[in-house]
Amino acid sequence: MAQLPFKAARDGAIAALIAGLLALPLVGFRLVDQSGGEGLANRWPQLVAMIILVFVGRLALSLISGGAVRSVLFFMAAFAIGSLIIPWPSQFLEVVAVGGAALIAMRAAFLLLGSRPFGSMSGAVGLAGRYAPWAMIAFAALLPLLPFANRGVLDTGVMILTYVLLGWGLNIVTGLAGLLDLGYAAFFAIGAYTAAILGSTYGFSFWACLPLAAAFASAAGLLLGFPVLRLRGDYFAIVTLGFGEIIRIVANNWRSLTNGSQGIAGAPRPSFFGIADFTASPAPGHTAFNALFGIPYNPIHRIIFLYYLVLGAALLVNGFTLRIRRLPIGRAWEALREDEIAAQALGIDRRRVKLTAFAIGAAWGGVGGAFFAARQGFVSPESFGFMESVAVTAIVVLGGMGSQLGVVFAAVLYVGLSELFRPLEEYRMLVFGIAMIAIMRFRPRGLISTRRPTATLL
Amino acid sequence: MAYFVQQLINGLTLGSIYGLIAIGYTMVYGIIGMINFAHGEIYMIGAFVGLITILALMSAGIASVPILLILAILVAMVIAGLYGWTIERLIYRPLRGAPRLAPLISAIGLSIFLQQYVQLTQGGRVKTLPPLISGGFTLMRGDDGFTVGISNFQIVVFLLTLALMAGLTLIINRTELGRAQRAAAADPLMAALCGVDVDRTISVTFIIGAALAAVAGVMVVLYYGVIDFFIGFLAGLKAFTAAVLGGVGSLPGALLGGLVLGLVESFWSAYADAAYKDVAAYAILVLVLIFRPSGLMGRPEVEKV
Amino acid sequence: MTALLSIKDLTMRFGGLVAIDSVSFDVRPEAITALIGPNGAGKTTLFNCVTGFYRPRSGSIRLDCSGRLTELSGQPGHCIAQLGIARTFQNIRLFANMTVLENLLVAQHAELMRASAFSIAGILGLPSYRRAEKKALDKARYWLDRVGLLSRANEPAQFLSYGQQRRLEIARAICSGPRLLCLDEPAAGLNSRETIELASLVRAVSQELGLAVLLIEHDMSLVMEISDHIVVLDYGRKIAEGSPASIRGDKAVIAAYLGEPDGEAA
Repeated sequence: MAQLPFKAARDGAIAALIAGLLALPLVGFRLVDQSGGEGLANRWPQLVAMIILVFVGRLALSLISGGAVRSVLFFMAAFAIGSLIIPWPSQFLEVVAVGGAALIAMRAAFLLLGSRPFGSMSGAVGLAGRYAPWAMIAFAALLPLLPFANRGVLDTGVMILTYVLLGWGLNIVTGLAGLLDLGYAAFFAIGAYTAAILGSTYGFSFWACLPLAAAFASAAGLLLGFPVLRLRGDYFAIVTLGFGEIIRIVANNWRSLTNGSQGIAGAPRPSFFGIADFTASPAPGHTAFNALFGIPYNPIHRIIFLYYLVLGAALLVNGFTLRIRRLPIGRAWEALREDEIAAQALGIDRRRVKLTAFAIGAAWGGVGGAFFAARQGFVSPESFGFMESVAVTAIVVLGGMGSQLGVVFAAVLYVGLSELFRPLEEYRMLVFGIAMIAIMRFRPRGLISTRRPTATLL
Repeated sequence: MAYFVQQLINGLTLGSIYGLIAIGYTMVYGIIGMINFAHGEIYMIGAFVGLITILALMSAGIASVPILLILAILVAMVIAGLYGWTIERLIYRPLRGAPRLAPLISAIGLSIFLQQYVQLTQGGRVKTLPPLISGGFTLMRGDDGFTVGISNFQIVVFLLTLALMAGLTLIINRTELGRAQRAAAADPLMAALCGVDVDRTISVTFIIGAALAAVAGVMVVLYYGVIDFFIGFLAGLKAFTAAVLGGVGSLPGALLGGLVLGLVESFWSAYADAAYKDVAAYAILVLVLIFRPSGLMGRPEVEKV
Repeated sequence: MTALLSIKDLTMRFGGLVAIDSVSFDVRPEAITALIGPNGAGKTTLFNCVTGFYRPRSGSIRLDCSGRLTELSGQPGHCIAQLGIARTFQNIRLFANMTVLENLLVAQHAELMRASAFSIAGILGLPSYRRAEKKALDKARYWLDRVGLLSRANEPAQFLSYGQQRRLEIARAICSGPRLLCLDEPAAGLNSRETIELASLVRAVSQELGLAVLLIEHDMSLVMEISDHIVVLDYGRKIAEGSPASIRGDKAVIAAYLGEPDGEAA
């Protein structure tokens, strides 16, 4: 035991040395714009602070694994509190210092209490799993009626629901069939552009656009899927990524169809089921929504209606998925995810079954795109980049492959956290990247990893 | 004709850079069978480290271009190699034996993280560097007065790529390390049983791949003179395409794939619509994977039952 | 009696290596045929050719489909499975995260797909589909009972013990309704008691369903006990064929095994 502090200090020093070398060029120096070209500025305080943090963190982890849990707990708790008082060179470093120390302290505390930091969660999640869906649906249904539901809240709600819709759509492909699709935004884009082009150029209504958006996206899914679905998983992922990029580049450059990077305005707004429009002064022969119900005009009516539409669509996708999971085709998807070769030996046509999943997932992506176009009233290639695809894929994978509830949690976290912490907006993607790494490391099956059987005996 | 030759030279320069990055993909895939999606970001970091090193040396009063170049490449190789080592050690190693797609998803997260890290520390602005190596030779003069030139810098790129490839081939074929590397790629478990330190071999593979990508990064800084935090994404995808085209696992294949891809892009931009040159690259990726998944120089993979 | 499966001059190469060298033999209906031979003799490769995972270089594999001979070589694996050939794998391949019951339902995929009429009848929950599903559940229940796994029906397959996983894989193959059941080393890793149980299960199933069984096995006592007919491979060639009694005394077979008498004769 006398060796422990020495060994831990050595571990810390090595880690600090490596971190210092890694950070020296990129944190220690900063490229600045000068009159004669690029110049360099120093950032020694940040560099030193970072090295200290790495040293302390590694030291504490070494001490924990060496058994000195109690002293680490006190030390790190003190460090976290102290970090709040000490002036750090940047706010970010302060957050890392306090948060990191708190995490290590928590780890030590959990060790002392004799439970694993994440293991204890699954039981609670399993229990919550029974009631949470109904509570969530009730909350989502009542949200527009709540007093704080202003325009901003509803917009965020629509955004979360759109991600939930997309996540549930992709869950068929990635969660059930096990196909990692990194180009899902392509189908989303095809749906959105279908709606926008048919609506603005040909005067189609939103309700006519919706099935067409699904059909076009699904057709694109079939066209892409037919040749590439026999590729192995990681190659398939990269090819779908390439397909997503191709769609974006085409949208950017096929000006006669898509108006290039300027995008298309005038995507169709949904009417009240074709009965009434959400405007103060409807076109001749049309009825205004407020007039139909004899209430004063309020622009929020349209947003509330859109909110319920997306909620309805999402629940429809959910119902569809829950149902199809229990059918032979759904079981075949999961069987392919588990073991393709065994599935083939049981008479399952790998390609056709995957193609079904891919086309259905694409169709739901197209529906999501049409809703996106309806919300923005405007589509441009920017909205369909690689990061959009990664976001949806991450929502499915991090939420828990195949778990419908996991998708909701992940979507709320993804959209909600960034809305809550606007000041830290610029760190959002950084944290997102770290979260992807951390969840794969500590919970590779996602936040919610319980799987409900599709059939039971007795 | 003159125009054609000029595109050939430009395409081969670009292709050498892709080839250098592609080697990292191909070696890592060969040994642990994962697509190191963050490899493009290592190239980007190499470019930044190279640029910062050059500026730091210049402000320290060093003006000799060869010294600047050599030191920038060495520093970038060392730092990028250290990044490669750290990434493997901290992120990929714990995931061995995890579900199939976990390393790929981690790699995507890592790629996002590294991009954001560089954006936050260095800003999102495009960085520029005026050319250090100027001049060149006029090779031929076309009938229409179009001259074909090869710049001194392009010569540096070719020579450096050739030297690195030759060195790497020697290492892989002749040294103990290379033998360990090939053994671990063929069968990690058996290699370990025969006394090969597989962990160390994998680490070295990451270091070599990252160092070569860093050289490509420094080349790009000097060749194009503009970089930003986002260059790694596209270059990474292109290099991956090159690796697949050449046959994943094959070192000469990676270089060949890079050269072919560089030529395709160069000629596509010259004779077709430059806006769609990336589409051409992706199309190659898709077509190769569908029709010849073992690439130009790779061995076909038999599905194990 | 005509053959159910007839293999003629089957040859399979990997690069320069000849894994199977013009092998011919018949698998008779309602009988157990064993395929034996030292390691690397080409037994599993032959299985993979029969079940469509490999495309043989030359030769024919014909299956008797109600009097008509159907060529299997070159057909995709799922079609061969649907023609009535089911198999198990040397290294067990279950759907690990799905329950024991679900594994058996996946095996009845083709039949249930027909009943669900492109999933439409299934989504609507029509009575025709519900009847088919009930039948599939009953079949699964019956076979789970037969292999002694009924009490574990709702657990993920990965929680079963090794021997249980072997039995589940066999039950799954049976549930797909085959006429020919190919078992790739079913007794590997089982203790002697489990091996005896397995032997009686295979025998009983074959008799009960009138099922032909093609069996790769290293456990000679098991092979000698349950086989009606034995085919011996060595270095990709057939070196002997006949009843268990005749194989036991065959000189070529003894010579082929002599290099490794321990593991093989255990």
